[in-house]
Amino acid sequence: MKNKITNIICCGVGGQGVLLFTDILANVAMSAGLDVKKSEVHGMAQRGGSVISQLRYGEKVFSPLIEETTADFIVGFEKLETLRYLHYLSEKGKVLVDDLEIAPLPVLVGETEYPKDILPRIKARAKKVYVIEAFNRALQLGESRTQNVIMLGALSCFLKFPLELYFSAIQQNIKAKFVELNLKAFEQGRTLIKKQ
Amino acid sequence: MEIAKTLLSGDEAIARGAWEAGCKVAAAYPGTPSTQILENLANYQDVYCEWSTNEKVALEVALGAALAGVRSLCAMKHVGLNVAADPLFSSAYIGVNAGMVIVTADDPGLHSSQNEQDNRYYGMFAKIPVLTPSDSQEAKDFTKLAFEISEQFDIPVILRITTRIAHSKTVVELQQRAEIADKGYTKNVAKMNLLPQFARKLHANLEERIKKLEAYANNCSINKIIEGKKNVGVIADGVAFQYAREVFPKASFLKLGMVWPFPKALVKEFCRNKKHLYVIEEVDPFLETQIKALGIKVIGKDKLPLIDELNPRIIRNALTEKKINVQPETTLPARPPALCPGCPHAGLFYLLQKKDIIITGDIGCYTLGTYPPHNAMDSCVCMGASITLAHGIEKALKYSKKENDQPTKRVVSVIGDSTFFHMGITGLINAIYNKGNQITVIVDNRTTGMTGHQDHPGTGKTLMGEETTMLNTEDIAKACGVKKVYVIDPYNIKENRTLFREILADPDPAVIVSKRTCALLVSRKPAKKVLADNCIGCKLCLALGCPAISFVNDKAVINSAFCVGCGMCVQLCAKQAIV
Repeated sequence: MKNKITNIICCGVGGQGVLLFTDILANVAMSAGLDVKKSEVHGMAQRGGSVISQLRYGEKVFSPLIEETTADFIVGFEKLETLRYLHYLSEKGKVLVDDLEIAPLPVLVGETEYPKDILPRIKARAKKVYVIEAFNRALQLGESRTQNVIMLGALSCFLKFPLELYFSAIQQNIKAKFVELNLKAFEQGRTLIKKQ
Repeated sequence: MEIAKTLLSGDEAIARGAWEAGCKVAAAYPGTPSTQILENLANYQDVYCEWSTNEKVALEVALGAALAGVRSLCAMKHVGLNVAADPLFSSAYIGVNAGMVIVTADDPGLHSSQNEQDNRYYGMFAKIPVLTPSDSQEAKDFTKLAFEISEQFDIPVILRITTRIAHSKTVVELQQRAEIADKGYTKNVAKMNLLPQFARKLHANLEERIKKLEAYANNCSINKIIEGKKNVGVIADGVAFQYAREVFPKASFLKLGMVWPFPKALVKEFCRNKKHLYVIEEVDPFLETQIKALGIKVIGKDKLPLIDELNPRIIRNALTEKKINVQPETTLPARPPALCPGCPHAGLFYLLQKKDIIITGDIGCYTLGTYPPHNAMDSCVCMGASITLAHGIEKALKYSKKENDQPTKRVVSVIGDSTFFHMGITGLINAIYNKGNQITVIVDNRTTGMTGHQDHPGTGKTLMGEETTMLNTEDIAKACGVKKVYVIDPYNIKENRTLFREILADPDPAVIVSKRTCALLVSRKPAKKVLADNCIGCKLCLALGCPAISFVNDKAVINSAFCVGCGMCVQLCAKQAIV
């Protein structure tokens, strides 16, 4: 049997919970009995910089890094960052992107402008693009930090793992007092895809 | 019984491995990507863990513990081993008694470092065995094996990881802690005292140990041949091995886990009768040079880059015909890391950025003061170099010919509190002793910020969570001989502006301790707001470089999700538009 590997890129801005997103999903894949590797960079980049986390799972995974043009999914918490890493997407890959704009420092100080045509540019390069208003939903839930779990809920609609695995992975990775809120966020993410 | 499995980063796996191997003393100075090793090890029972003041100290603490008969570990980032190089070389001569592991976490790709040095060379240079794991399972297994090799051959062992090992998570099988008998301390001057008369003999003894270690490397389980196509052979180590497996799924592999002493016999055996041989390794041609010295022809760094980390695509494009055409967007605004909203350093840099001075910087979050709008850092070299570079620059200016009677520029060094304890103090003593007059700013945010908030001698807490003596940077500056020591709150921009003017005009050396706790460690105050009617769009507030402030339709807007309510921008606004 061919060793089919699923490649998922999650990207955003430092502080958005990109790493927690792939932590939870890595737990889900491992609980499903698969080999898992995930890679990211900590330290300097965390301070408001561009963040990318790469997750791979399947029967046997060698490289922790995804080759460009082979990502099955790109999950972007911020649209500029999504476009930045779009060259990782495979021809049949799907993009889940939050229509959220966070100005980087060069834009804030007026050196350059935040591009106005990001979503059209993403749609021009990718066949299947799902725009998820996760950040806005997170604000409605009263906790902007649930954005990542809303995006996870959305992505879960395209993966074949049983929902119970997500629930227990969320419990493992998130402080007890926020679990209930995050389970709600997860469900909201699923609803946002089902409506599309 | 089913074996417990979990996902661990390489750092977490090394901590687990050290615990399982019965390690009892561990020391480190925080440094990406090695920091999480000690942070995790400190969570296990029965291991004494400490943040040492620097890497030299950490290595010596571990060596002392090993000589006293318990298994010990020290961990550091790659450049940390430069700081610890002095005891590293001596430790090879002296040997250990109980096992000792030195973890070096290299950073190909410079994700969070000042260089891409390849610390496998330290093994060859200092004559210490080097193991290079390729995932988290191996990171744990090799840590345990390193303790055994260390004891068997009476020598410390270097475990060399890279960022992609340290910060990638892979599946790891867990075991329990082994009960290792303590070996106890025995006075043995001929072994532990490097007076030349003893060191000469120890050097001869070291060369004997290295010969035995090479024989071991030729036969050990972590240097293994994976049979594949008979005519294509790949030799690889570390994470490069994993990338190579993706690109050459059918080739024969010689996977090296112990890369020094170099297993010459095993390499010769593997290369025999192979038509195509590739050496795939990150950064320098460490393996390749040694293979070529055996007279074997291989393809390696003639095709693969010497710079940056590898990935499967780079290897595929360099060595195969199935090239991947990558087209990233090229016209996007960059997103460099930035000082956080409410960062006390921003208040300091706001005052420094407009002055006609030379600013030597150091290593920490405050290095980000290099970027616009601050542009307030001329140099960043290595830990502690701000103060010493400033001293050299100041002396050079004093002895340079003056043009047009221009006054000599003042030299200001900027160093963090943790970095000051690490390597700044000796530089400050030197500057005062040698009649320097630089202004040293200690940006004291009461933590080790960039690496994720580790304690240090100024925080009053140890790595194991115990209360301890709190050392104040201002007291130490005074003890170094500085007569004029000022403690300021960087949030008080208006007051500080006057004070800075006075200090710069004063020819005496001074230390300014810019003291305020890191904004990520204190609870937020209510977010500030812009009164749009008052805002004239002058953009004075942008000079703070605060990620919470942007401009929409020529009016300032404060992002309430980011703003921590520090109030620095309120002081900058001439029209009282921020409340």
